[in-house]
Amino acid sequence: MTKDTKSPNLYTMNRRQLLAGMSAIPLLATMGGPLRASDFPTAEVNKTGLAVTDDKVTVGILHSVTGTMAISETGSVEAEKLAIKQINESGGVLGRQIEVIQEDGASDWPTFAEKAKKLLVQDKVASVMGCWTSASRKAVLPVFEQYNGMLFYPTFYEGLEESPNVIYTGQEATQQIIAGLDWVAKEKGAKSFYLLGSDYIWPRTSNKIARKHIEDKLGLKVVGEEYYPLGHTQFNSVINKIKLKKPDVIYAIVVGGSNVAFYKQLKAAGIDMTKEKPVLLTISVTEDEILGIGGENIVGAYACMKYFQSLENDNNKEFVAAFKEMWGDDSVIGDVTQAAYLGPWLWKLAVEKAGSFDIDPLKESLPGIEFTKAPEGYVRIHENHHLWSKTRVGRAKDDGQYEVVYETADLVEPDPFPEGYQ
Amino acid sequence: MIGDYTYYEFSSILAMQAFAGLILFSVFVMMALGLAIIFGQMGVINMAHGEFMILGAYVTYFTSIFFEHYLPSLFGIYFFLAMILAFIVSGALGMFVEWAMIRHLYKRPLDTLLATWGLSLILQQFYRSVFGAREVGVTLPEYLLGSISLTDIIEVPINGLFVMGLTLLITFGVWFLMYRSGWGKKVRAVIQNRVMAGAVGINTKMVDRMTFGLGCGIAGVAGSAFTMIGSTGPTAGQLYIVDTFLVVVFGGAASLLGTIASAFTISQAQSTMEFFMSGSMAKVLTLLTVVGILMLRPQGLFALKIRR
Amino acid sequence: MNFANPFFTRREWAAFAILAVLLILVFPASVDAFRLNLIGKYLTYAFVALGLVLCWGYGGILSLGQGVFFGLGGYCMAMFLKLEASSPENTAIQSTPGIPDFMDWNQLTSLPWWWEPFHSLPFTLVAVVAVPVIFAFIIAFAMFTRRVGGVYFAIITQAIAAILTILIIGQQGYTGGVNGITDLRTMLGWDIRTDEAKTILYFVNACLLLGCLLIAQLVKITKFGRLMIAIRDKEDRVRFSGYNVAGFKIFIFCFAAALASVGGAMFTLQVGFMSPSFVGIVPSIEMVIFAAVGGRLSLFGAIYGALIVNGAKTAFSESFPELWLFAMGGLFIAVVMAFPNGLAGLVRSHVEPLIGRLFSGLGWGRTAAADATPAE
Repeated sequence: MTKDTKSPNLYTMNRRQLLAGMSAIPLLATMGGPLRASDFPTAEVNKTGLAVTDDKVTVGILHSVTGTMAISETGSVEAEKLAIKQINESGGVLGRQIEVIQEDGASDWPTFAEKAKKLLVQDKVASVMGCWTSASRKAVLPVFEQYNGMLFYPTFYEGLEESPNVIYTGQEATQQIIAGLDWVAKEKGAKSFYLLGSDYIWPRTSNKIARKHIEDKLGLKVVGEEYYPLGHTQFNSVINKIKLKKPDVIYAIVVGGSNVAFYKQLKAAGIDMTKEKPVLLTISVTEDEILGIGGENIVGAYACMKYFQSLENDNNKEFVAAFKEMWGDDSVIGDVTQAAYLGPWLWKLAVEKAGSFDIDPLKESLPGIEFTKAPEGYVRIHENHHLWSKTRVGRAKDDGQYEVVYETADLVEPDPFPEGYQ
Repeated sequence: MIGDYTYYEFSSILAMQAFAGLILFSVFVMMALGLAIIFGQMGVINMAHGEFMILGAYVTYFTSIFFEHYLPSLFGIYFFLAMILAFIVSGALGMFVEWAMIRHLYKRPLDTLLATWGLSLILQQFYRSVFGAREVGVTLPEYLLGSISLTDIIEVPINGLFVMGLTLLITFGVWFLMYRSGWGKKVRAVIQNRVMAGAVGINTKMVDRMTFGLGCGIAGVAGSAFTMIGSTGPTAGQLYIVDTFLVVVFGGAASLLGTIASAFTISQAQSTMEFFMSGSMAKVLTLLTVVGILMLRPQGLFALKIRR
Repeated sequence: MNFANPFFTRREWAAFAILAVLLILVFPASVDAFRLNLIGKYLTYAFVALGLVLCWGYGGILSLGQGVFFGLGGYCMAMFLKLEASSPENTAIQSTPGIPDFMDWNQLTSLPWWWEPFHSLPFTLVAVVAVPVIFAFIIAFAMFTRRVGGVYFAIITQAIAAILTILIIGQQGYTGGVNGITDLRTMLGWDIRTDEAKTILYFVNACLLLGCLLIAQLVKITKFGRLMIAIRDKEDRVRFSGYNVAGFKIFIFCFAAALASVGGAMFTLQVGFMSPSFVGIVPSIEMVIFAAVGGRLSLFGAIYGALIVNGAKTAFSESFPELWLFAMGGLFIAVVMAFPNGLAGLVRSHVEPLIGRLFSGLGWGRTAAADATPAE
């Protein structure tokens, strides 16, 4: 499908949906509250034998709570549980309370596949919130397509995928990368870039897109590009190379434990990010990662993503307060945590629009779903199952929070198969 | 001019690169020394070595929290106290493990590997359940951060200097303990001939326990020092384990000098290659070279010739 | 009847019959397709454990790199399946149709030459075993002719596992990187994803396993097996008697690698993908623990060990996801400290005397003396 045929569809889709939404408002008002389960008999809303009863619906949460990825995935679990709790307090989905079955992916891709299958085949869950790394998503994808499940995937990722059985609530690569590069070229007058990443598909694909954009679209220069194994802890050599090449921008997509080592050593080597040059721009460090890195080691760096905990809007203030109330005052919220929070809400809205828990009507109702209470602001599901969202640039402060310095004017269209960037 | 760079730039970078290699060398020595004592001197494979290091890192973290809240005026010196505490805590745990587990397995060295692997799983989950799954950030005193600029290009990281100094100190301490103290004499006697050592009145069991404790204690100090350059989380110990074993094996297991020499070789090779190619390839090439040399010379660089 | 060297004692025939009934009748009859597929997955690890019993329990060679061979076997199979799944029709949206999707993402525009032969199933089936065995031979030849053994060998195999993982992850254009080779669909047009296909694959897997068990037993009872035990217990004396010790060790290591590779290929078929997470150190050590739990001297024990540890892992992580590592770690320690001969040792010392009393006079064979000595 080309873009030309897509856009008019989308337009009509939205208008139709807008009308549907408008007609729903008076209906809700007369009913005076949340939907009641008795209005939606189980036989009607569950024709495919899902775990839906007259007062309950079961969903799965599938993240790693053990192993190396538990560091990152804990926040997502917390956000999903918060969203589910809030939905239950506001009356549930089609009047049914959500029950959760949580499974542990144990940072091991085959385990993810096994548990996904268990959730779909044995527990018959109505949807699954889960996965974090691309590898775990790739492992469960065939399972979701074969058994027709619905996965809400929260992480920003490399794109190149568009499954009818997955809703990608994080940004795909072009959404996250291009706006940030444009900004740094325009505002900071950057001319040369040094690309650096952990060695796996997301950093490599992202750097590929970044390089194309820098060289072809912006006409600027990439002076170095390299990758280190996951878990690498010694970055002194690459830091020396960076010092030798003197790039205007260090574009870093380092992940996990390596992050901590990289920023600590960068600071120790005298690269002061609070100065004008070099600018450090990352797309992999959220507030969650800063907990481990330590704010004083990354102060002055820029991050480009769609959400920062410090966003000044009412949705976000409520969300942050609720999150802290549930998980403690010390907790921080990163981009992925917020994206994970969107999953249960988007599912609820789509189910209620479709009037059914079944996957096929759900697939039809998902594109065009709008969530106005999203902490990041307004989001809408695109035909390609990704979200329209704004992209923002934040600057790290020494207390571990980001100060938002730039925000795209409009929602950025998700484009998982970007032409000209392949 | 060399390539795009002036001679001045190039020589500066060369100096910095040499320094980066030295830091890597110190890190390797620090990781490997504790293991070399345990593995080399006792023939026990401690797969939980990384977890002992992380225990030291957590001790440092909690010391820093304590000082921040109760003794903020003394925050500048907490790091030294933390290292001593890390040594004591890791060492004590090591002695307990030796008493509960290792001493029953001296005749089956391969089994110590499996048992300590089990221990490392338990410790990891323990850290996760008690300290949380997320990484913790250790706040360091201001004077340990940043760098000293010698010229406009050459900048020497202070934490690197600190690690190097500490490594020197610990290496010297270990050398002194093993080769210049009465206790070291006992340890070496037990290694060379356990039965005879027992016969002349050395409490071999106590020597074993102290040696194991010392190895684990040094791991704890290493972990404490690594909070300056790496991450502190439940599974961070796993990042170090393969490198550590290779350094020890490459050096020739029974020799502390060998461990140091091998740490030097591997670190220099790795940091030089990292400069000329991508980090992933450098790592693979380094490991391949080490394995290749080990295949030609299985006993390692320096092997102690003893009758088995 | 060959009095000196029966293929199986009566006791072992009984054990074999029980195992065969369990695998072929009881499991398929008692669990649903999903659980059966899970059991099939566990049984693929049993191949590795069988090899480890021979190479570790009988040969005294502890390899911490069996995951390498499991992974190589699995990757060979996955390459074939991936090529079939990447037909030009299926991959029409790519910039280069007809090559696997991950190659397209990494700007490869043609299939690398070493992928080409994997279009052929016969070649693949040979490669599944041959590639790991050749690799094992190179390692074993270099090590054993220089008399590297014991702990050193264990650590070097571990390093090899680490290297291969980094290589596979780093060369993602050719290997699929950390994601592995995913989304495998059909084998010669036969859809391997359906429940029926999975059930059939389970039976294939179970029969192959029983077959491998018999071959392993054959290796064990011949003079060769006796010599392996002699080498384990006093290597020098065997060498002084004029035997080529290295040759025997190389063979047993390659044989264990071949078993592991069959397991890997069956894993790929049943699970539907292969990833570098099997090649690394952690899975390799876990596989050793399967053999240890079952009993490092018992071929039957290896199979039960793989089943029980994995079953426990699944059950534990379903009910207490945050506690299963404690249980696993505790199991490792308990087996090593208290039951060095694993389950088989327990059965031998507690259950069999009981059965023996019940059926006395039916000719229950006595335990072979050599088997009873623990390793090392």
